[in-house]
Amino acid sequence: MKHAALVLLAATALAGCAASGRPQPAPVADTAPEIDRDPYPSTYRAPAGGRVALVGATVLTAAGEEIANGTVLIENGKIAAVGASLAVPEGYRTVDARGKWITPGVIDAHSHLGAWAQPESVEMHNDINELTDPNTAQVWVEHSVWPQDPGFDAAREAGVTTLMILPGSGNLFGGRTVTLKNVPSVTMQGMKFPGAPQGLKIACGENPKRVYGGRGRSPATRMGNVAGYRKAWIDAQDYARRRDKWEKDGRTGDAPKRDLQLETLAGVLKGDILVQNHCYRADEMANMIDISREFGFKIRTFHHANEAYKIAPLLAKEDICVATWASWWGYKMEVFDAIEENAALVHAAGGCAIIHSDDPIVIQRLNQEAAAALSAAWRAGIRISKADAVRWFTANPAKALGIADRVGTLEPGKNADIVLWSHDPFSIYARAEKVWIDGGIVFDRADARYRRHSDFLLGQPGETR
Amino acid sequence: MTRRLAALAALLLATPASAETIAIVDARLMTMTGAGEISRGTIVIRDGRIAALGAGVPVPAGARIIDGRGGVVTPGFVQADSTLGAVEVSQVPTSADRATHSAAISAGFDISLGLNPDSILLPVSRLAGITHAVTTPLYDDQGGRRLQFAGQAAVIDLAQRPQMVTRPRAAMVLEMGEGGAERAGGARGSAIVELRTTLADVRHFAAHRAAYDRGEGRPQTLSRVDLEALVPVAEGRMPLIVKVDRASDIREMIAFAREERLRIIVDGAGEGWRVADEIAAAQVPVILDPLADLPRSFSELGATMDNAARLHAAGVTVVIKTGSGVAHRARELRYGAGNAVAWGLPHDAAVAAITINPARVFGVADRIGSLQAGRVADLVLWNGDPLEPLSQPQAVFVEGVEKPLTARPLELRDRYMPRP
Repeated sequence: MKHAALVLLAATALAGCAASGRPQPAPVADTAPEIDRDPYPSTYRAPAGGRVALVGATVLTAAGEEIANGTVLIENGKIAAVGASLAVPEGYRTVDARGKWITPGVIDAHSHLGAWAQPESVEMHNDINELTDPNTAQVWVEHSVWPQDPGFDAAREAGVTTLMILPGSGNLFGGRTVTLKNVPSVTMQGMKFPGAPQGLKIACGENPKRVYGGRGRSPATRMGNVAGYRKAWIDAQDYARRRDKWEKDGRTGDAPKRDLQLETLAGVLKGDILVQNHCYRADEMANMIDISREFGFKIRTFHHANEAYKIAPLLAKEDICVATWASWWGYKMEVFDAIEENAALVHAAGGCAIIHSDDPIVIQRLNQEAAAALSAAWRAGIRISKADAVRWFTANPAKALGIADRVGTLEPGKNADIVLWSHDPFSIYARAEKVWIDGGIVFDRADARYRRHSDFLLGQPGETR
Repeated sequence: MTRRLAALAALLLATPASAETIAIVDARLMTMTGAGEISRGTIVIRDGRIAALGAGVPVPAGARIIDGRGGVVTPGFVQADSTLGAVEVSQVPTSADRATHSAAISAGFDISLGLNPDSILLPVSRLAGITHAVTTPLYDDQGGRRLQFAGQAAVIDLAQRPQMVTRPRAAMVLEMGEGGAERAGGARGSAIVELRTTLADVRHFAAHRAAYDRGEGRPQTLSRVDLEALVPVAEGRMPLIVKVDRASDIREMIAFAREERLRIIVDGAGEGWRVADEIAAAQVPVILDPLADLPRSFSELGATMDNAARLHAAGVTVVIKTGSGVAHRARELRYGAGNAVAWGLPHDAAVAAITINPARVFGVADRIGSLQAGRVADLVLWNGDPLEPLSQPQAVFVEGVEKPLTARPLELRDRYMPRP
């Protein structure tokens, strides 16, 4: 009943009014209240979808195909058809895409936009690490997101249509992630990807032990890190058991008190929340896999994972995605063995390779970062096509984020999230010319109205450029 | 041929090119001289020097031929504002010699001393076509922003040889703008007054060294080594790298340099495009990161991707860098240049911005940065457009020596790559 009310509200509320007009749960005298699983619901509204035909481009579908002289038909916000030399049915507005390239919208599996917003040198804008305890599974990074971050604009102008925002890596458990659609909005709720699962950010290695060891408390070592994870999962199992028992016993007696931290961890154990694990070294990833077995949960993605190439078959077997870079290395010990071929070797082992950003500049050129990774593959004699490599910044991050049924490829029925590129996206000269989300245009380089939405930049130098 | 044999062959190729004649044939030569681009040219390298180059140059008898296969030859790239040779792992302080917090050594810090030619970062950078770097001191601000100058930069080569310094003490590094304000107590006005005072002290010191050494000089805020290091700056012989981004800071420093007769290089210049004509008129070169398009601070609110193109169009000498104090990610230099092209910088200007322009700005253009007969062979053969990620170098010559296309990350790759 509650759910129906929420859906109704979502259907009528205006974007930007997210915090107002929530229905109050009806007071119930003799039973404990339901836990609202979606207390900060998305108010995102797909734009009115017309019928559009993109005609004549080279299309990388991210479903394995490179289609020359391809046509993409968009209808009601969805991909209606993709193919070579398709006839354009009556009633479609045609976009001449000859000589250009088309890919699905770019998806970044690792971003801090909004939570560490521009101007990033201003400390008040850094809201990604709740460094007050090594376990802050109770925090939700969506409550740090400032939708006016000019970085969202820059990323959209580079073709990024969906992105997952994660808390930082200073804690063992950093908090819950949020997946956003990269649309201009005054509220976070107006960007929230409807129905996308949340993630839990977990961090391995140097960061947590440096932060807390430096304060003379645990974890100060890698073994301290692991003890910290295990204690938390033991507590979570206990919490889940108590709540399950209360449910099974017909909700009689006092409900166990809610604990936001344990609720997140229990959500992982139930499979509702996906584990997004910052972890560089091969040996530490293997330890984390063992921990997941010990406590019965799945790791969805290892982030950064610069040594994934050392255990690529294991990661493929475990069906764990690897979100990494091509070019970043050497800034600390645990990333000393990074190689440009990391993504390619994960891919070649049959795994799920992702090129991610973790950075407001790199997010603007995930296609180029993928090109650097592809180039390294070719240098090594690893045969990977552009049609496959495009998955590294589209279909595979969609899988990591748990939204692959809706976005990530250009297949009929998928959301019409599309980038029209001026050149081959694996060229350094390619720029996003037009970007669609759910069939609605959100960026057009030829039209200044689609640029610089951020209120922060209004009236500032460069605005009149 | 097995990979091991290939590596061995590559090592043999790494022996000095002296006493060998090499001809690179069938390549487009981007000379970075008045000769411009030569399509389908030949370069003859003898004893480590370019003996001849051009479209109709014959291949000498007995020369080892490197088939360019229609690729491109560029001068070796120069990474400005780098810490190559001065760092191994950024967060391991004992592996880094990029900065000092000694109060007595600010301007006096000479980064050309104590560099590491065995750094594994050097061959990694060579694989991106980089043969030289301007290794530039960073500030060590662990005790707060205390020191006025970061120290003196040096031009180095990436040949991994003991004598790796091409030009020591090539420029002095000074942060102004926001950072400079903090160093001087919290305000820009304070930083500019402090700099003026420092220069007066330096000039007084230069004119009264004997008195200073007798303990009779006027009180100085700087140590003797710092004063001595700043004399060539005050006399306009050593360029001063001024790190500023805000348009007003750039304008202010141009005026300051004119009054004080300093040679300055503006580094950063996030809002440089807004004062492009003034920078051009003052003939001040600019070092910039073309990818810095975000308002990262209140000094960079006007940052934009077309900064490089606009400055170039105004006639400014543009040097392209990637990041600040970059070392590990130096290999992304050519991608930065490529992006500048995507945003309007002419392709040849982008290549100039990572070859001949930094060579000129740092006083080594008589040695590197262009392809000319008589010059040491410092060049890269590419299998395509050098600014494209999908292109890779096929041969790299650093200061006359062909270097193998290997590096530790490639050895790691080969250790873990599944065998067919």
